[in-house]
Amino acid sequence: MALIELAAIERRFQLGDTTVNALAGLNLHIAAGEYVAVMGPSGSGKSTLLNLLGLLDRPDAGTYRLEGRDVTTLSPDEQAAVRSQRIGFVFQSFHLVPRLTAAENIALPMMLAGLAPAERTQRVNQALKDFGLDHRADHKPDQLSGGQRQRVAIARATIMQPPLILADEPTGNLDRHTGEDVVDLLETLNSRGVTLIVVTHDPGLGARARRQLVMEDGRLKHDSLASRQTACG
Amino acid sequence: MRLIDTLRFARDAATGYPVRTTLSVLAMSIGVAAVVILTALGDGARRYVVGQFSSIGTNLVIVLPGRSGTGGFNPANAITSTPRDLTVDDAAALKRAPAVHRLAPLAVGTSEISYGGRLREIMVAGSTRDFVAIRNFDLLQGDALPDEDWNRGSPVALIGAKIRSEMFGNAPALGRLIRVGDRRLRIIGILKPTGQGLGMNTDELVIVPVSVAQSLFNSNTLFRILVEARSREAIPQARDEVLAILKQRHRGEEDVTVITQDAVLATFDKLLGALTLAVAGIAAISLAVAGILVMNVMLVAVTQRTGEIGLLKALGAPARTIRLAFLSEAAMLSSVGALLGYLLGQGGAFAIRQAFPVFPAYPPDWAVIAALLTALSTGLLFGVMPARRAAQLDPVLALMKH
Ligand SMILES: Nc1ncnc2c1ncn2[C@@H]1O[C@H](COP(=O)(O)OP(=O)(O)OP(=O)(O)O)[C@@H](O)[C@H]1O
Ligand SMILES: [Mg+2]
Repeated sequence: MALIELAAIERRFQLGDTTVNALAGLNLHIAAGEYVAVMGPSGSGKSTLLNLLGLLDRPDAGTYRLEGRDVTTLSPDEQAAVRSQRIGFVFQSFHLVPRLTAAENIALPMMLAGLAPAERTQRVNQALKDFGLDHRADHKPDQLSGGQRQRVAIARATIMQPPLILADEPTGNLDRHTGEDVVDLLETLNSRGVTLIVVTHDPGLGARARRQLVMEDGRLKHDSLASRQTACG
Repeated sequence: MRLIDTLRFARDAATGYPVRTTLSVLAMSIGVAAVVILTALGDGARRYVVGQFSSIGTNLVIVLPGRSGTGGFNPANAITSTPRDLTVDDAAALKRAPAVHRLAPLAVGTSEISYGGRLREIMVAGSTRDFVAIRNFDLLQGDALPDEDWNRGSPVALIGAKIRSEMFGNAPALGRLIRVGDRRLRIIGILKPTGQGLGMNTDELVIVPVSVAQSLFNSNTLFRILVEARSREAIPQARDEVLAILKQRHRGEEDVTVITQDAVLATFDKLLGALTLAVAGIAAISLAVAGILVMNVMLVAVTQRTGEIGLLKALGAPARTIRLAFLSEAAMLSSVGALLGYLLGQGGAFAIRQAFPVFPAYPPDWAVIAALLTALSTGLLFGVMPARRAAQLDPVLALMKH
């Protein structure tokens, strides 16, 4: 069974008199454990797709099944629960809460989910070790480098141990070298079975994924898996 | 999210923006402090006046010459001229009223006192033995006027504390002969110093038998008759009996005014109570203003933290959690403000009491409770709208801002 099944997804935005088809007739299957790069020109609908997959946005038409369950019809609070338990987000601009320390930022999803404090401390300590942030636990985001901030953000995305991680240009605000480190981290997670979907403009980064999706005008222009399958025929 | 986490999160959010937090806490605290201090002043005035009025005696029924239109308390009665006089015999006749415990006729005028070449102007009160007891005057030395025929008083006097010290210095005064007007009187008692009050200041008063006073003033009328009823419950009965007896003695004409201390007290109590309430209401407006300020601050907070709200949603926070977080923050701002205001207000009231020891500036409990409740409820009420706005933000749009 596929982790993600999109069928005939439409997402339109009204901009004055014109309607923008951010996503149009999109069909997509992604299996559990895949590593997918989403590419394409600016405005092609990559972020819209990722928001939709992350249940931050709803399609105007079509169905989205996550782990076999139709999630488009869920109430906002049910969707929030799915996000809490099943999905981790990594953003281009990190989105750390400036007044909280690194450790508190990492613990935020567990706090929102109402986990017991002892459990939270234990998991945060483990995550700080795993992501090489031991000595940065009490630092505020503005006392961290870009790479450290993104590592905190990834630690936060994984702390609830979700099966799906969505990253929208996670290296967009980082220099090449730190970017590579961050991608290494994400790939390590993927190697442990987490499904990883990364939006990127960087062809080099995109090439590292096992599957590439290329979008254009809200449509899937190219799917490396499909072409491989057709090629193998 | 656990409650304790919600509270901690709200607290950190509030302390994360010190300027706006300080401002709204300050506004709230000024509102509460204003209510506490102003009602302390209002209620202090009420207590002061009531206290002073109570100190002039207990269960008093006061007879004034002349008729008042309403029969109730009318301050104008205190200064109207006398159409028909009250006499010592009128007063003596009241002794037979069953509800009357004791009474004292009172004639008042000014005269001069001299002793050892020293001379000064004084107030003279002519009355009888029970006057001192009815008016709750305390004696420093000696005794009250002798119990004797009201129409033939002995040549004796009680003097106030200030007269004593001015005329005699440190020398003993009791038993000395003084001259008051053209009379030589022996000092048989000295009054305790009273200081300034609503009641009569006795420090510059000389009390003599009523017949002595009348001959000094060359008149046979009375200024007042002070009647003490047997009990609080007997006050209306005493009033009726006094009126009936005097009416009978004045050929069926009701030409006196009888006021009861109760009625006067109740009037002042009501008047000053209403004043306190009005002052509290005005101060409460500042509380509402503070509530609106908290709302503004919270709306700004929602705008400032839009990105954070989007993030919380992305991390799986349901609308309720976000609503609660912002509501807790508003509640914290207003409750800290209320608490601070309460302390400020009590401190202010304390300072007033220190500066004016005779003035009982205690804020009434109802005002304190109402102020705190109003502060908390306006804070919460005005916190609801921003909290809902935060909870309803579209996560995608919210995440695009930061
Ligand atoms: N909230 C919105 N309101 C109106 N139009 C929107 C909105 N969000 C996206 N769009 C439009 O939808 C289209 C797809 O946008 P999207 O952000 O998905 O592009 P993208 O591929 O992520 O681009 P980029 O590489 O620049 O991030 C664009 O034309 C954009 O203008
Ligand atoms: Mg984008």
